[in-house]
Amino acid sequence: MLFTQNKPTEEVLESLGEEKNIFLLACNGCAEVCETGGEKALLAMKAELEKAGKDLTGQLNVDFLCNKVLVATRLAQERDKIEEADSILVLTCGVGVQVVSKVVNKVVHPAANTVSLGGLQGLWPADERCQACGDCALDYTGGICPITFCAKSLLNGPCGGAQDGKCEVDSEKDCGWQLIYERLEKIGRLENLKKFHKARDHSKMLPSKDLRETSFYDIEK
Amino acid sequence: MKLTERFKDGKFVITCEVGPPKGIEVEKVIDELEPLRDKVDAFNVTDLQSSVLRVGSLATCRLLKEKDFEPICQLTCRDRNRLGLQSDVLSAAVLGIENLLCLTGDHPQLGDHPEAMPVFDLDSVQLLSAVKGLMNGKDMAGNDLEGQPPQFALGATVNPGADPLEPQIMKMEKKIEAGAEFFQTQAVYEVDKFANFCDKVKHLKIPVMAGIVFLKSPGMAKYMNANVAGVYVPDAIIDELASVGKEKRVEKSLEISARLIKELKASCQGIHIMALGWERHVAVVLEMAGL
Repeated sequence: MLFTQNKPTEEVLESLGEEKNIFLLACNGCAEVCETGGEKALLAMKAELEKAGKDLTGQLNVDFLCNKVLVATRLAQERDKIEEADSILVLTCGVGVQVVSKVVNKVVHPAANTVSLGGLQGLWPADERCQACGDCALDYTGGICPITFCAKSLLNGPCGGAQDGKCEVDSEKDCGWQLIYERLEKIGRLENLKKFHKARDHSKMLPSKDLRETSFYDIEK
Repeated sequence: MKLTERFKDGKFVITCEVGPPKGIEVEKVIDELEPLRDKVDAFNVTDLQSSVLRVGSLATCRLLKEKDFEPICQLTCRDRNRLGLQSDVLSAAVLGIENLLCLTGDHPQLGDHPEAMPVFDLDSVQLLSAVKGLMNGKDMAGNDLEGQPPQFALGATVNPGADPLEPQIMKMEKKIEAGAEFFQTQAVYEVDKFANFCDKVKHLKIPVMAGIVFLKSPGMAKYMNANVAGVYVPDAIIDELASVGKEKRVEKSLEISARLIKELKASCQGIHIMALGWERHVAVVLEMAGL
């Protein structure tokens, strides 16, 4: 079970920026339980987007956005609607957003912050992809997580230590920022690298009181 | 004196790296710098270089200051969170240090305590921004500092040999926006490539100091080519060094460095010498390079 909380609507709209045509994608797994995904959250987001003057090229609920094969197969059926869109707004956890980014060559925006990996983890495992930092940055990094893919969890770009695209810590491991750079270049978003990221707010990693009090979070007590 | 004043005066600035010892006999290290007193503008003290435990930069900088050497205090994000870093920045000001060089820092896994927790609470851009905040009288949480805020000349690093280069330059721009006033680079051996880099960052109008590392042997050059990111020693230089016998090697190495400095001088505003134990040879190289 992965715990997520909706990003403030203003933050989501800011990240969509000038993009007009949006494909809305929600998860029916853990995210539905947290009310960040599922039908209800999808319809609520749809209303917000329409209010903000956005056009939806399509909308879809998928049972487990953390299942890469399932997502790739399901999204293939929506190819035209996704092609039409400027970007995909993904209503799920950090693992799900990274799956979508991996299987579709489109800009992805997370609508939620992942705050805890709880007990059962996402199917496209898991804490090596998402550390539940509570302040999802996948939006700016082309759907590749700088917290988990960079050995130093750097937010403002690569250190000077990568060699031949490999990390200074392990020559078998790709430099996360090299992957991010290549991805952003591919989706035409290199200007994202110019954004200054403030220092992380580590208190966001703690699940909020209301989340802690859900029976789901307490289920293993 | 702030290093930025030297650049403003239009001087070709020379700095020399100082690596504090592993152990407490700092005097030896400082005594070696005596011949450089009037030849080098400032001494840049590393902060647990290569993630190896040593005496700290702050204490060494203070000792340099007491001997009338101008120190630059290096500050990495590897070992301290934002509380520790901001506190050390204030401490540096209290100790009379006027130059700070802010870096991300090597990962602890590269050093002699690979089991240590990598902190990286801040990255280099955020650190520069935090120091700038303190200089404006506010800490990172937005609280006011009491009395006069600290003042520093802020330096940063860039790797001109990185491939791809573009993200390095984008980060360099962010560092400038965050407060960096001068840059020093990783070791340079490819003059044309460096000139090309300088050309690409010309519009930023920021002083860049080329990194010089003395090549102690052909083996060291080959090691760096295989293991140090963004550093490439061309075969011609390795062959040149290998062409002389061991007894002539130091002389040849210094000759190569002096020539590099001469060639690099046209495209940058200063040099940063990382002598790695060959501090005693720095004065000779500077003389050979006409500096």
